[in-house]
Amino acid sequence: MAEIPARLRPMVDEVRGAVESDRTVAVQGRSTGRLLAHEITGRVPDVTVRAPGGVIDFQPDEMIVRCGAGTDLDDLRAVLAERGQRVDLPGSGTVGGAVARGWSDVHRLGRGPVRDAVLEALVVDHRGRLVRAGGPTVKNVTGFDLVRVMVGALGTLGFFGEFVLRTRPRPLDARWFVIDDVDRRRVDELQRRLFRPSSLLWDGSRLWVHLEGHPLDIDEATTSLGARPSDLPALPSYRWSMTPNDALEAVVASHGVAEVGVGVVHRDRPDPSRPIPAVDVHRRLDAEFNPRHLLNPHIVRFGDRAASHA
Amino acid sequence: MSRSPVASLDERLAHEIGIERVRTGTVETTLYSHDASSMSGSTSLVCFPESTEHVQSIVRACRDHRRSFVVRGAGTGLAGGATPLDDAVVVSVIRMNRILSVDPVNRRAWVEPGVLNLDLTRGVSDHDPLFGLHFAPDPSSQQSCTIGGNVGNNSGGPHCLAEGVTTSHVLGVEVVLTDGTVVMLGGDESDHAGLDLRGAMVGSEGMFGVVTKICVRLTQNPPCVETMLFDYVDVADGAATVSAVIAAGMVPAALEMMDRLCIRAVEDYVQAGLPTDAGAVLLVEVTGSRHQVAHDTERIIEIARSHRCRTVRRAESEAERALLWKGRKTAFGAVARIKPNYYLHDTVVPRRRLPEVLEQIYRIVADHDLLVLNVFHAGDGNLHPLIVFDKREPGVMDRVHAAGELIVRASVAAGGVLSGEHGIGLEKRDYMPLMFDDDDLAAQAALRRAFDPLDLANPHKVLPSPSSCGDAAHVTDGMWI
Repeated sequence: MAEIPARLRPMVDEVRGAVESDRTVAVQGRSTGRLLAHEITGRVPDVTVRAPGGVIDFQPDEMIVRCGAGTDLDDLRAVLAERGQRVDLPGSGTVGGAVARGWSDVHRLGRGPVRDAVLEALVVDHRGRLVRAGGPTVKNVTGFDLVRVMVGALGTLGFFGEFVLRTRPRPLDARWFVIDDVDRRRVDELQRRLFRPSSLLWDGSRLWVHLEGHPLDIDEATTSLGARPSDLPALPSYRWSMTPNDALEAVVASHGVAEVGVGVVHRDRPDPSRPIPAVDVHRRLDAEFNPRHLLNPHIVRFGDRAASHA
Repeated sequence: MSRSPVASLDERLAHEIGIERVRTGTVETTLYSHDASSMSGSTSLVCFPESTEHVQSIVRACRDHRRSFVVRGAGTGLAGGATPLDDAVVVSVIRMNRILSVDPVNRRAWVEPGVLNLDLTRGVSDHDPLFGLHFAPDPSSQQSCTIGGNVGNNSGGPHCLAEGVTTSHVLGVEVVLTDGTVVMLGGDESDHAGLDLRGAMVGSEGMFGVVTKICVRLTQNPPCVETMLFDYVDVADGAATVSAVIAAGMVPAALEMMDRLCIRAVEDYVQAGLPTDAGAVLLVEVTGSRHQVAHDTERIIEIARSHRCRTVRRAESEAERALLWKGRKTAFGAVARIKPNYYLHDTVVPRRRLPEVLEQIYRIVADHDLLVLNVFHAGDGNLHPLIVFDKREPGVMDRVHAAGELIVRASVAAGGVLSGEHGIGLEKRDYMPLMFDDDDLAAQAALRRAFDPLDLANPHKVLPSPSSCGDAAHVTDGMWI
């Protein structure tokens, strides 16, 4: 095992102490996220640990930041904003929580999914050892992409201790607009006509548009569209995943707000559990990375979930 | 006709997928015994499947015969990733080359793995009459390399600075796992049910299964493009320009640099009007909407001038832009004019450390009585030191290897990584412990076991093991970075 940074030592020791005495252990952030009914087991962990928080090293000219997984996202945003940058992670909890959940926010169309923001992770594994996955540079194909598998794994494959995240410059300007009386055909037309909007939201009649860039470009793009300034609309609290075309159909059929071009629909009831592909691969990943289900026992491992559908 | 249970592997495959798709002759087996690297292996069987079902038949037959297999696209890889070891069956997907569907509104396409990178962009461009569409990853081999190969290597290219590498442009993959089952990982839906196994497949160097269909994300072409060339007396000033541009809040579409020896070789080769007395040139491309491009261009020129840039050349036409890029993308064709052989490395260092690592590279190479050219993705800190030599010189290969190892070590010591875009394959497999300890490597091995518990898909690559390593020999013609 590599030398463990002092800041991660307490977390590593706590996890190792738990698993070596056959106790279950969970990692906790700020508990701002939501777990769905099919994701929870009902078991209560014996021990709870927290990842360290705080920005360790921000390098604006490299567009990377190293921070503890327990870092408060709002604190991180404030540090990055001082140098005109941002990180594309949603929510108001911890960095580790946002990455473990893996859900993007409404800007995914332009800014990409959460998984693209993570370059390197230091992960505490099921034996209480620290594992490095990925690397600290934006371009890196050194070995297999373990980080990607852990994003969205809800801590069932290991606990995030620290990250290197990709940062981005903040745009010169960013504004929301809304266009009224937009039917399905007009949604398609506007998707083709707008250059790289960061978000398009449609509720069946109104289309909200978020544009980022030079203020004059934003003015030019919106003047001929009948768009008026707006705020981000209030969204129903559950997000459903489907194809982009199905998302538009779903909004027409039964309300909700669709992320156009992405395939997320925001609705007021939870997304039902969907079948998981490659059941055997998921089960083997459980067996390799959380064999006794001592890590996050309150969350259903993905192999178990896949098997329950099979 | 029933199949004999004792049929040989090639007989079984000829029966199941057609004899015209199975080759055992010396010409094919020799041709497919290596990729574009200098490392050769051997095979006695090469297959050319044309469907997922064919791939399934091949994988099942290999499983039953306990023969490993190596999937390959165009074989442009430079790290020996597609070199067959232990008489592995070579599975060439080059005939699976159809663009299956294009959705120009949601900007995605389903393609087979043998589609060439540039053919994909050509095939989808006209589907969006207003902006045009393209597939963003653009390795310099893009006219020859396949999308399947790009997925296997998580390929990059000059424009990945702003757009991201292949994993950001692959929404889903259909995969034949080594047990012969076909699974869909990711796809048209926004979020995967289950873990991001799609993400694991991308960059797995053919060691997790065979990708048979790919859902790619397409990118709108920018309405405005500005291409500039700056030249410097000192390469450090060029590198400092790069860092200053990024720190000022701009991410150009590309930031590419060439050093003195490379400039001279390229100018001899393509006559692009490059300043042959310069220590370095920096090629900068800014893309986007009109006002943003104008704003960034002006600021970047200011920053370059403040870093002792001697001249600013702005491409005035598409033809001039193409010429500047031709100089960059065909740099390696120019090398043969200096020495008959070359060995190319691919490491990444933090941008701010580019000048000092370049200095180290010059010193290492001089100490080993060799020559080096540098042409690289400066914006990403992705170095491509190109050691040129004549392998007929006695002992030269030992010096090439020794210098190469020191370059890799210097890059990792500077906080970098072993490979930015070429992959690990065989070439850098034994360097992996420079970056990862035993626990890190064990976790990667566990990921692979989860996909391929039988160890049939391209074994002996990426993860270090006691088995033999390839050796650099004559570099094949037509190499790109």
